[in-house]
Amino acid sequence: MIIETDTSDPGGAEALHRYELNGAYDEMFISVDHPRRQYRPLHNLLLNLGPGELRRSKQEADQSFFNQGITFTVYGNDKDTERIFPHDLLPRIITAAEWEKIERGLTQRITALNLFLKDVYHDRKIIEDGVVPGSIVYTCKHYRREMRGIKVPRDVYITVVGTDLIRTPDGNFVVLEDNLRVPSGVSYMLTSRRVMKQIFPGLFQKCRVRPIEQYSQVLLSTLRSLAPEGRSEPTVVLLTPGAYNSAYFEHTYLARQMGIELVEGRDLVVHDNIVYMRTTFGLQRVDVIYRRIDDDYLDPLVFEGASSLGAVGLFNAYRAGNIAFANALGTGVADDKAIYAYVPKIIRYYLDQDPILESVETFLMSDPGQRDHVCQRLDEYVVKAVGESGGYGMLIGPHSTEEERAEFREKIYAQPRNYIAQPTINLSTAPCFVDGTIEPRHIDLRPYVLYGEKIMIIPGGLTRVALRKGSLVVNSSQGGGSKDTWVLQN
Amino acid sequence: MLSRVADSLYWMSRYFERADNASRVLKATYGLILNPAKFSTEERWFRAVSSLAPGAAAKNVDPQRTLFLLVADPEGAFSIVKCISGARDNARQVREEISSEMWEHLNRLYHDVTGTELQPEDDAGAMRMVSLVREGSYRFSGITAATMNHDEAWHFIQLGKYIERACNLCVLLDAYFAVDKNADDLDWVGLLSSCAAFEAYCKACTAELRPERIANFLLLKPEFPYSVRYSLDRMHEALAAISALSLSRRTAKVERLIGRLRSRVAYVHVEEIISGLHKYLAGIIEQCRDLHAAVHEVYIEYPIEVAFET
Repeated sequence: MIIETDTSDPGGAEALHRYELNGAYDEMFISVDHPRRQYRPLHNLLLNLGPGELRRSKQEADQSFFNQGITFTVYGNDKDTERIFPHDLLPRIITAAEWEKIERGLTQRITALNLFLKDVYHDRKIIEDGVVPGSIVYTCKHYRREMRGIKVPRDVYITVVGTDLIRTPDGNFVVLEDNLRVPSGVSYMLTSRRVMKQIFPGLFQKCRVRPIEQYSQVLLSTLRSLAPEGRSEPTVVLLTPGAYNSAYFEHTYLARQMGIELVEGRDLVVHDNIVYMRTTFGLQRVDVIYRRIDDDYLDPLVFEGASSLGAVGLFNAYRAGNIAFANALGTGVADDKAIYAYVPKIIRYYLDQDPILESVETFLMSDPGQRDHVCQRLDEYVVKAVGESGGYGMLIGPHSTEEERAEFREKIYAQPRNYIAQPTINLSTAPCFVDGTIEPRHIDLRPYVLYGEKIMIIPGGLTRVALRKGSLVVNSSQGGGSKDTWVLQN
Repeated sequence: MLSRVADSLYWMSRYFERADNASRVLKATYGLILNPAKFSTEERWFRAVSSLAPGAAAKNVDPQRTLFLLVADPEGAFSIVKCISGARDNARQVREEISSEMWEHLNRLYHDVTGTELQPEDDAGAMRMVSLVREGSYRFSGITAATMNHDEAWHFIQLGKYIERACNLCVLLDAYFAVDKNADDLDWVGLLSSCAAFEAYCKACTAELRPERIANFLLLKPEFPYSVRYSLDRMHEALAAISALSLSRRTAKVERLIGRLRSRVAYVHVEEIISGLHKYLAGIIEQCRDLHAAVHEVYIEYPIEVAFET
């Protein structure tokens, strides 16, 4: 990689002077020249930077990502499919008080959603009591009839969660999406922290940033806590779809960090409802599978028949209680975008509490009244397909063309259950280093929650950045990047 | 270790050794054909092709295209580029098992040899690629030895490398000795260079090139890394180490096979074999194949019923 210096870059003071606030909540500035208290050390550092210094740091960081092979795969491109993950140099800083609320809110929400999953697959009280309509639960693409009546270890369905939060213009954090199936991105959180420590050592000391490095240990002990009874030294493995999956780097990274085997479906053998992996010394029993493949591909006997990613008989071993999956199967019903509209009610129903973190107002297109309301004002709303993720199948009303809106209107009327709409929210902005200067870009926040014996939230997360100017889409598949996220000590 | 991982490491190593062997043979052969001799250019290329790409490819050798085909033919299963791709594909499946230095080096070499498209008539370009692989191979061996634990994974890598080397040496010796009546000194230099052995041979046996001594050196010399004996000794070490780590009784089969194979070169005098060399070499290759199959059966793809018996 060639290091180029561009002396035409403005110095830090000048770049900050040109920074423009655009009506969204800005993470750093109350107004230009008035940084928030938690950002003052960073602001001071930036003011004193000479021209080209940020660019040099950025190149140093890029080089470090590149050398460590921190890459993700771009599909549909047969050569050079590995790219470095785009990242921004300037950290996103969250105060202890803000974090305390996020932590309480997420704990409450995850507890309730887990109870909901247990209920949906056992007694179905919430449906009987008319709080969530059965017609929505049972039509969900990710509802798994096979899971009815199956007892999962510790009654924990959602072991690893990556909830997406956004900050609205009034400064409140609200939940945008619950990712309860196989959330990814945590390796970028961990590796970008390591790189940032090399680049801003002094700033770290000044700010008193809470550590996140314990993630892998906590994940391992969480996974071990799910082991079937009587297995005192359980064997935990990470199940990957293989080297051609876009998140393969993360799978190898986590397996190495935890010191567990990275297995593919073809390494697993099920015999008498016990799962083994094939090693050079014979078959070794497996107790817990941290699976990074979707429900559909786990067991060709029960789900997708043609899939070779999983292993035959896994589901029967699961039903027999001889193996634990993290996450459990069928958790997708609770992060369905139509169920999302009911989460506040779900929290009240199970916990008898008001939600600490709000949700975004959501219109169900399966409801004729709400559908007509939205379809007349498509240019004001964001429309999402309920079963999709990664920013696919989305219409952002204010940025859409008349043809795109017509196309979506047609799709909505054809399959109303498949769509929801939300008002367009002006995500908060944070200063980013772009083309030699500092500009605001929209961001969200994905903290990682681990649920084994109890709920643990790692103080930090992945701040995703919409790197295109004005864009509200932060997904890495859609040109998003990331920022290191600093949660401060009290 | 996962069986799939062991298998990938083994094949990564075999493919790399295969590319290394091809680069040595091509370099030596290309040097030979520049000199006039009793052998025609066609005959010399035929000898190289038959040792590198057994079977169909050896028929109808077109000297103009042979070098290109053996270096960069994207279709041919035996070209150097194909072998390096094979090594990289296997390494990619087990990136977490090998050191990052190994991966980076192999990855870079792969991009170097696939990055520029070789034209069929470009002999100089082909030979540059051969040198690239030659040096890349020495470096890969060094990096591998220096940067990874010498544990089970390492032993599977060693096994792959030396079983491939033993087979390649036997095929090459067979190709040269099959027509040795017409061979002149230059051809024997070619054989020795194909095994990176010319200097080592001269040191041990002086520059007097006698077929019997050469056969003795390349087959039975325990101190020389590109001899059959040396390769079988390393295979024996690797298999003994793997079997010592494993507690299974089933490894006895593999130990028996490698023991018998090794005794074929360890307790023999060159005079006893030189007259029936073709048969002798074919026997070693055959036993290597049996050994490969046994390793696969015991460590990689064993039937699960068997696994539950032990």
